[in-house]
Amino acid sequence: MIQLIVNGQSQLVPSPDSGTDSGTTNDARLNIRQLLEHMGLQGKRIAVERNGEIVPRSQFDQPMLASGDKLEIVVAVGGG
Amino acid sequence: MDRLVIADKAYSSRLLVGTGKYRDFDETRTAVDASGAEIITVAIRRTNLGQNPEEPSLLDVLPPSQYTLLPNTAGCYTVEDAVRTLRLARELLDGHTLVKLEVLGDPKTLYPNIVETLKAAEILIKEGFQVMVYTSDDPIAARQLEEIGCVAIMPLASLIGSGMGILNPWNLQIIIDNAKVPVIVDAGVGTASDAAIAMELGCDGVLMNTAIAAAQNPVLMASAMKKAVEAGREAYLAGRMPKKLYSASPSSPVEGVIGNMSGK
Repeated sequence: MIQLIVNGQSQLVPSPDSGTDSGTTNDARLNIRQLLEHMGLQGKRIAVERNGEIVPRSQFDQPMLASGDKLEIVVAVGGG
Repeated sequence: MDRLVIADKAYSSRLLVGTGKYRDFDETRTAVDASGAEIITVAIRRTNLGQNPEEPSLLDVLPPSQYTLLPNTAGCYTVEDAVRTLRLARELLDGHTLVKLEVLGDPKTLYPNIVETLKAAEILIKEGFQVMVYTSDDPIAARQLEEIGCVAIMPLASLIGSGMGILNPWNLQIIIDNAKVPVIVDAGVGTASDAAIAMELGCDGVLMNTAIAAAQNPVLMASAMKKAVEAGREAYLAGRMPKKLYSASPSSPVEGVIGNMSGK
């Protein structure tokens, strides 16, 4: 399991499945797409910040998430 | 044609509206359309964890293909929060750079913190954002924000959400006279006459949210605001007659009145 802080709340997310690929080690990292799927946010119009830095959509498949990472996932809402 | 130009892009409507405080998305969309606004503000917020995935989102109702979305930094009290919020907004809206910056100084009045606003604006402009900036009606603050490259100056008419109308038309006048970028009254408009007065002063546009959303009939008020902004603009362009306290000049001929010349 990977422990992340998502939108200020602690979230335990399963590590990516390492069973199918013999070359994958135990410290395999999660990518943003997997996290969004885990949270039911796939296909949603969102933007992601990791440890204070924007994560462009083009990097959502890169395995970058590690325990302790702080993420912000935002949407547009009504406002003035 | 008389158009509002912000950062080299021309708009037909001089009314900019917010999307907050409506009963539901349906009312939001209907009111926005009744207002005729092309630029509409949105807020950037943390997504609800565990929300219903089928729930519609604001961008489904108000697609960026049909409107110019203006993400704001409402609720931000620090440079860092404001800058991070707009970086997220740019990513969310596929590289869109036109933004509304506000850095607040006080939760009770929502009065802008000009020192922090200037710092945030400087960072954002360096990063390529086109910054429309919420500010007080201080002409010097307005001038400094323009000097560092803000694309529109947006002074308050009165406090955000107060509906108190235009409390200091003289300061607004000074800001308008000095500015070379559009001046848009942002905050404080309560009803249609306030919007008309702002436009008659020579403002380039008016931005409002609560005046429409908190009206008894928001859609009807949106329509009223559209007309008020248009009427105020036309009156400004037409040039009003001078005010005269006591120089009688009747509109009808003074000659040929029947009966006695009773006025003499």
